[in-house]
Amino acid sequence: MGALSQSETIEQNLASTLESVDQAESLVLEMARRIGFNEDDENAISMAVRESMVNAVAHGNKYNGRKQVHLVVEGHPGKLVVTVADEGDGFDESTVADPLAEENLLKQSGRGLLLMRAFMDECTHAKREPRGTVVRMVKLLPAEAQPESIS
Amino acid sequence: MSVTLNTRQVGDVTVIDAAGRITLGEGSSTFRDSIKDLVAKENKKILLNLSEVNYIDSSGIGELVSGFTTVSNSGGKLKLLGLTKRVQDLLQITKLYTVFEVFDDEATALSSFN
Repeated sequence: MGALSQSETIEQNLASTLESVDQAESLVLEMARRIGFNEDDENAISMAVRESMVNAVAHGNKYNGRKQVHLVVEGHPGKLVVTVADEGDGFDESTVADPLAEENLLKQSGRGLLLMRAFMDECTHAKREPRGTVVRMVKLLPAEAQPESIS
Repeated sequence: MSVTLNTRQVGDVTVIDAAGRITLGEGSSTFRDSIKDLVAKENKKILLNLSEVNYIDSSGIGELVSGFTTVSNSGGKLKLLGLTKRVQDLLQITKLYTVFEVFDDEATALSSFN
């Protein structure tokens, strides 16, 4: 049963370090539990959040100590929204090779976006002003897990 | 927790028992170094037991693929044993089930090398 009866938002500015990936995961999972997601969903959310944070820290901010990752965790009755914004140079999604194409299966990298999309109900990328990338991911609580007042 | 790797020899097959998380950073480099070390020592039949690995991220998947390629390029074989549901799902999503030979049972996996 979902425990969250009204919307709540947590915002944090995190350092461009791998420790921030763990911090973001903990914050998001705490909210996910309060919304009422089950263990399988939590695993999926955890995977997507870690991938987006690693992208922001490593590829976006390139571990730069002067750059931060802005994390917003929104908990709504029946819905989790996670936004991860970096201060990097941005990236062109169209240049990302299809990791499922036969010729790319043995490549070492390039699967992060695929996993984020696979594990969340929505995953969109946008350019951040004045610079950087914003990733917005949404996970919906399955109808059977929702209290009657929501479903 | 990152990954811990324990290596044991069963006949001519090297079994790596992995436990923990294979993720960007220490976990993935530990795995990479271990595979390179085995290949340098001419261990060409490698069975990677992932039954105690509870989490792999895309970097960890990259390391599995890289390990597979390193072993294959040396004329050897890297096979997987005991995937948790989470890791099975990852291999399905990334289509790597078509690349790796995967086993549930160690005896069957070991005999498949001969």
